[in-house]
Amino acid sequence: MVRPRVLARGPRSGWARRFFANGAGVVGLVGVVIVVAVALAAPALAPHDPSRQYFDGLTLEGDPLPPSGRFPIGTDLLGRDLLSRVIYGARVSLLVGVVANGAAVLIGLVVGVLAGYFRGAVETVLMRLTDIMTAFPALILAIALAAILRPSLWIVALVIALVNWVWIARAIHSQVLSIARRDFVEAAAALGMSTWRTLFRHILPHLVSTLLVFGTLGISTTVLLEASLSFLGVGVQPPTPSWGGIINESQSYFLDAPWLVVFPGAAILLTSLSFNLFGEALRDALDLAERR
Amino acid sequence: MIPYLLKRLLQSVFVLFGITLITFLLVFLLPADPARMIAGRSATVATVESIRHELGLDRPLPVQYVSYLGGLLRGDLGRSYAQRAAVSDLIASRFAPTLQLALAGIFFELLIGLPAGILAALRRGTRVDQFVMALAFVGVSAPQFVVGLILIYLFAYLLPVFPLGGYGTPLHLVLPAVAVGLAGGGWYARVTRSATIEVLRQDFVRTARAKGVYPTRVVLKHVLKNAVLPVVALVGLDIGVFMGGIVVVESVFGWPGIGQMIWQAIQLVDIPVIMGGVLVTALFVVVGNLIADIVYPALDPRIRYQ
Repeated sequence: MVRPRVLARGPRSGWARRFFANGAGVVGLVGVVIVVAVALAAPALAPHDPSRQYFDGLTLEGDPLPPSGRFPIGTDLLGRDLLSRVIYGARVSLLVGVVANGAAVLIGLVVGVLAGYFRGAVETVLMRLTDIMTAFPALILAIALAAILRPSLWIVALVIALVNWVWIARAIHSQVLSIARRDFVEAAAALGMSTWRTLFRHILPHLVSTLLVFGTLGISTTVLLEASLSFLGVGVQPPTPSWGGIINESQSYFLDAPWLVVFPGAAILLTSLSFNLFGEALRDALDLAERR
Repeated sequence: MIPYLLKRLLQSVFVLFGITLITFLLVFLLPADPARMIAGRSATVATVESIRHELGLDRPLPVQYVSYLGGLLRGDLGRSYAQRAAVSDLIASRFAPTLQLALAGIFFELLIGLPAGILAALRRGTRVDQFVMALAFVGVSAPQFVVGLILIYLFAYLLPVFPLGGYGTPLHLVLPAVAVGLAGGGWYARVTRSATIEVLRQDFVRTARAKGVYPTRVVLKHVLKNAVLPVVALVGLDIGVFMGGIVVVESVFGWPGIGQMIWQAIQLVDIPVIMGGVLVTALFVVVGNLIADIVYPALDPRIRYQ
C-alpha cells in the first residue's frame, strides 16, 4: 500500500534516504547509469564502425578473431568489431526497453484506473480481458505476433507492451479499489468535485510510486523479452546490432568462438540485473508490496 | 468448497473461450494472407482465390470463427498449411518432449530454490543470506538462452559429460532442464525466503523453540509444512512465464517440443500450427492456475475458498 505521507513529505526525506541506505539498490543505480551512458555515448565510445566488415577482422580461413588489441573483445562472423556492436546494441535494448515498458505502464494505468474507479460493466469487461490476456504465455504470444507482423524495432516494442500490460493493470486496479474507498475520495465526491478532477487530483497522485516501480522493474523484464525475441530471430532484425540478435547470428559458431555469446550475454545480464536491483530497492524504499 | 470449485471451473472455461477468440482475431486481422503464402509469389489471382475458397477463408469472419470453434470442440485444430498433417497430430507428437522438459525444469527450479530460500531465511542478515540472494538475483536476471549456451559450452564441449543437444536419453534432459530451472530457482529462492521468515516469526515456532524442540525438527516440521508447501503451489501460477522459458530453451538445445514446433511454423507462416501451439500453451497455463487455486487453500487453511 502507498502511504500518502511518503509523498506529502516531499521527495528528499524518507524514501530517498532509505533507497541510498540499500547497497544493492545503489549498485543497481550505478549499473543503470552506466548502461544509459554507454547507449548515449555509443558513437564516442565505440572503437570502430559497428556495421563495417573489416578485411583484417577474420582469419585467413574466414573465422572470427578472438579478443586482441585492435578488436578488444574479438570480431563476429562477418569480421565486424564485436565491442562496437555490443556498445551500439545498448541503444537498441534500452530504446525497446523504455518504449515498450512505458507503453505497457500506460496501458496498464488506463485499464486499471478505469476498471477500479468506474466499477460495474467497465470493470467486468476490462478485468475479464486482463484475465484472458494473462493466460497467454507472454513470450509465446509475442513470438506469434512479432512473426506475423514482420518485426521492426517499433513493432517489437509494441508487441512487448501488448503482452506486458496485464500485470500492471491488475496491480493498479486493486490499488485504485482501495484508494477509492478512502474518506478523502468520498469527501471530494460529496463536495461535488467532478469525476475527472477527482481522478487527477486524488487518485493519480497515489499511484505515482507504483508507476515508478513498474517503470524501472519492468525494464528488466522488457530487456530480457526483447533479447529472447531477437535471439529467436523474430525481434530486432539484422544488420541493426541487438544483443539477442548477435547471439542468434553466432549460435552455430559459438563453441569455437565463445566470446560471441559471452560478451553480449553479459551485457544483457548487466542491464537486466541493474534495473532489477534498482527497481526492487526503489520499491522497498517506497514501501510497496512484493510482486514478481 | 464445491461452489468455489464450480465458480473457478466456469471462469477457466470463460478464459479458454476468450483465448480462442483473441487467437482467432489476432491471426485473421493481421496483414499476412495465408492463401497467397501457400500459393507462392508467382501464382495467379485465380489460383489464390481458389485456395482461399478451399480453406474457407472467403467466408464471413463470424462464420469462420464458429466453424473453428466447432472444430476445436471435436479436437480438430485444423490442418497445417506447410505439412500435409492435422495440427492435433503435430501437437500430439510434440507433447511428450515438452511435458518431460517442463516437469524436469520444475523439479530443478524447486531443487535449487527451496533449499536456497530456507538457508537464506535461517541465516537471515548474514553473509550467507546476502550471497544466496545475490545469486538468486543473477538467476532471475540472466537470459535463459545465454545460460543454455554457456551450459553447453562448459558441460558438453569443454567437459563432454552431456550431449550437445537433441532428445532421447535422460542425459539429454539434464542441461535443458537446468537452463529452464535456474531462472525459476532464483525466483523460488526469494519467495521461499520470505515465506520462511514469515513462519519463523509465528507464535507456534516460538513456542516450539521455547519447549526445547530441536532446531532441525522445527525447520522440518513447521517450516516445511507452513512455508514450503504453499510455495510449491505457486508453480501452477507461474506456468505462463515458465512456458516462455521452455520455448527459448527448446530452441537452444534443438529439443523437439511444442516451442520448436511454434518456432518452425513461424518461419513458414503456418498459421493453423501457430494458433494450435499458442492455444495448447495457454491451456497449460489455465490448467496450472486452476490447480494452484484449488491446491493453495487446501495447503494453507488460513486462506479461504471464495
